Amino acid sequence: MDLVQLQRQLVEYRTSLYHEGFLDEQFTQLQELQDENNPDFVVEVVSLFFEDSERLLNELTKALEQQSIDFKRVDAHVHQLKGSSSSIGAQRVQKVCIAFRNYCEEQNVEGCLKCLQQVRHEYSLVKTKLESMFQLEQQILSAGGSIPM
Amino acid sequence: MTDTFEEKRKDSVGREGTTIGLFFIRLLLNMGGGCGGDSSEEVAVDLGYEPHVLAVDDNLIDRKLVEKLLKNSSCKVTTAENALRALDYLGLGNDTPEGTASKVNLIITDYCMPGMTGYELLKKIKESSVLKEVPVVIMSSENIPTRINECLEEGAKMFMLKPLKQSDVKQLKWNFMKCRD
Repeated sequence: MDLVQLQRQLVEYRTSLYHEGFLDEQFTQLQELQDENNPDFVVEVVSLFFEDSERLLNELTKALEQQSIDFKRVDAHVHQLKGSSSSIGAQRVQKVCIAFRNYCEEQNVEGCLKCLQQVRHEYSLVKTKLESMFQLEQQILSAGGSIPM
Repeated sequence: MTDTFEEKRKDSVGREGTTIGLFFIRLLLNMGGGCGGDSSEEVAVDLGYEPHVLAVDDNLIDRKLVEKLLKNSSCKVTTAENALRALDYLGLGNDTPEGTASKVNLIITDYCMPGMTGYELLKKIKESSVLKEVPVVIMSSENIPTRINECLEEGAKMFMLKPLKQSDVKQLKWNFMKCRD
């Protein structure tokens, strides 16, 4: 695939991510923060998000496996995940977190377990998609091209 | 600071050379574009003044973001992951060694933090004779009017909704980070 085709593919892919609600305006803000002094800023922040989210998902799984569930603790973790996903523009993850917090407030175990499953699913989707996008970007850069905005 | 500005103008008027010319052009451009900042602050910015901001947030991603936003606005940034660390840095902590308190021009803190909240941190700062004049800005992902009022009443200069944008930080700089001698 030549450079122009790659660039076009990237733009189309990125647009679809916004269209399908995986990403929102905040992700654009993130891209705008990147500059020549910090050319890897977006990848760095998103990588932090991946690490942090995986940690939180593990904590959530453990907390919800307990005999006597500490809903405050569960809520604290979801609050963190909601915050991070909102900060990078991972809209679908954020939305599940909002529902998740409501179930925590109601101390609804089933609701929480369902949300945990959903949030894991949405997280893994957005992770795969962002990784694909970064790969495309890397291909473009390696071919000597620039990333279209 | 106004004196310095006037002196610079007097010095530059008689001189030739691109450096002075550029300085003047930047001044004029800045004066046109500013929203509320006074011209002495602009001169200070051009001459390399970097306000020092302490950013407090327990979320790693948010810390990284706020740091970048502030750096993009030519601020020197120190981050703290909780209120206790922040107090320590400011010289109000139980573990602060003598004479190591750091001077900051603005404190921006998240509201929801484990242990001590941003609100409690705000109170501690306002209770301190040394630090009460430092502007404090609270940020939160939740838009709760009672929370906002509570913070403003306690002396927070502003309450901002997360995630922060570059325009929010620009506004902070103009409003609260005037240059000091």
